[in-house]
Amino acid sequence: MSGHTRAEVCAVAIAEIFRGDGETLVSPIGNLPNLGARLAKLTFEPDLLLTDGVACLLADVPPLGGERDPGRIVEGWMPYRSIFDLLWSGRRHVVMGATQVDRFGNQNIACIGAFEKPKTQLLGMRGAPGNTLNHPTSYWVPNHGRRVFVEKVDVVSGVGYDRAAALGETASRFHEIRRVVSNLGVFDFDTPDHSMRLASVHPRVSVEEVVENTGFELVIPDAVPETRAPSAEDLRIIREVLDPDGIAAREVNE
Amino acid sequence: MDKRLTEDELIAELRDGMTIGVGGWGSRRKPMSLVRAMLRSSLRDLTIVSYGGPDVGLLCATGKVKKVIYGFVSLDSIPLEPHFRIARQEGAIEAVELDEGMLQWGLYAAAIRLPFLPTRAGLGSDVMKINPQLKLVKSPYQDGEELVAMPALRLDVALIHMNRADSCGNGQFLGPDLFFDDLYCMAAKRRFMSCEKIIATEDLLREGSVHTLKINRMMVDGVVEAPGGAHFTECPPDYPRDETFQKEYAATAKDPEAWKAFRARYLDLGSEREYQEAVKSR
Repeated sequence: MSGHTRAEVCAVAIAEIFRGDGETLVSPIGNLPNLGARLAKLTFEPDLLLTDGVACLLADVPPLGGERDPGRIVEGWMPYRSIFDLLWSGRRHVVMGATQVDRFGNQNIACIGAFEKPKTQLLGMRGAPGNTLNHPTSYWVPNHGRRVFVEKVDVVSGVGYDRAAALGETASRFHEIRRVVSNLGVFDFDTPDHSMRLASVHPRVSVEEVVENTGFELVIPDAVPETRAPSAEDLRIIREVLDPDGIAAREVNE
Repeated sequence: MDKRLTEDELIAELRDGMTIGVGGWGSRRKPMSLVRAMLRSSLRDLTIVSYGGPDVGLLCATGKVKKVIYGFVSLDSIPLEPHFRIARQEGAIEAVELDEGMLQWGLYAAAIRLPFLPTRAGLGSDVMKINPQLKLVKSPYQDGEELVAMPALRLDVALIHMNRADSCGNGQFLGPDLFFDDLYCMAAKRRFMSCEKIIATEDLLREGSVHTLKINRMMVDGVVEAPGGAHFTECPPDYPRDETFQKEYAATAKDPEAWKAFRARYLDLGSEREYQEAVKSR
């Protein structure tokens, strides 16, 4: 047994998505993305802006579930209308979920099956079409498998690189799918045609395991590095400050 | 001018086939007493425009809806609205699914009497495929950028819920977010506002600053006093979401008998007062 859990590795991998973002609003959807964003803010990206998940910008960094506790330090008002303005102006980085994602980073959160009469209605488009064309977007997948990493998504909510390229340089100039983090590894699009590449595997995960669980052909570099392990300081912050109740861990199978 | 009326007087102004915008967001500060009055009525074939929550789910489950125009439908603490899911999966309703920002843009275009507003949102996504009515527009300036021309979403009626209002139609939100309630009112021909409490105009600044008075009487044709009117959605600071009730509501989507019992107990009633009493007596 090593000294850290898979969820803690995922939190660090998500934190790393925000490296270099500076004074940018981060919108992490879900517990692990929130944990990762807060970890980034407390370790190497202190200037990130975070909300309470409702309408306030928080200057301090709350533990998971403590966003609206009394005593939080509010540094600004960010109702949905301001979020929409900010989103289109570009100073935002969102981490969304993906029920399906394909090799170019097209994401589906709308429905499974044909749109007209879906087999399963999901959330709907939400902000994915606008997010992906206006500012950096990343995805978090807690259950890496062939039903998620698919050859072709049923409905395109978030726009991937192939479709962005088809729009031309002008329309796609703000498009960036930064990274996909799953419970098995980290993926980016740093390839000539922006098809998905295995950037790192998490500790105790093999490249074969990732390939087996992916429904399309990943770009696999000759040497695949291991995802950065949490430092002692990362672990202290996660366990003592941000998630003492282990809420995020429940999102990931060990 | 006294614009007070009851839920049922309001319903008498609505017609089959109307396009109705419902304010709030997800399971937050929804004008649920007005929605419940619609459920008690014989209205049908409605087009609902909404950042959807249980308003959309209930109207779909009771067969009131022909078409829904939305960016999402969610109960927040329960991410997927189960009654809306059933309606979609059975193909029972026409769905116009948009990016959330496009929905705002459509309401704003209608509010300021423009035929459309340009946006980058939607390009390259299947929003364009599932909504073949959407057209592109080219910037007439040197950049020549092609954008989506989001058409105005003109409403026959807007329904919103505020924390406080006066009898003239000035409305006040005391929670953290107005959402897009002002735009719904400005986009509609007839505008109705329910509120937790009607107070005197001179008392409007007692509980909140001037910034909370975003709904003025030019934007409102009728005011309904409806304490608990947003139940079971949240209406801060007056009350939080009734999560227990919401869970009970959500669970009825899986079980036709439970849905039948839920309808009999909470919806097929004579008035909003009876609903509030049924909720209290749980």
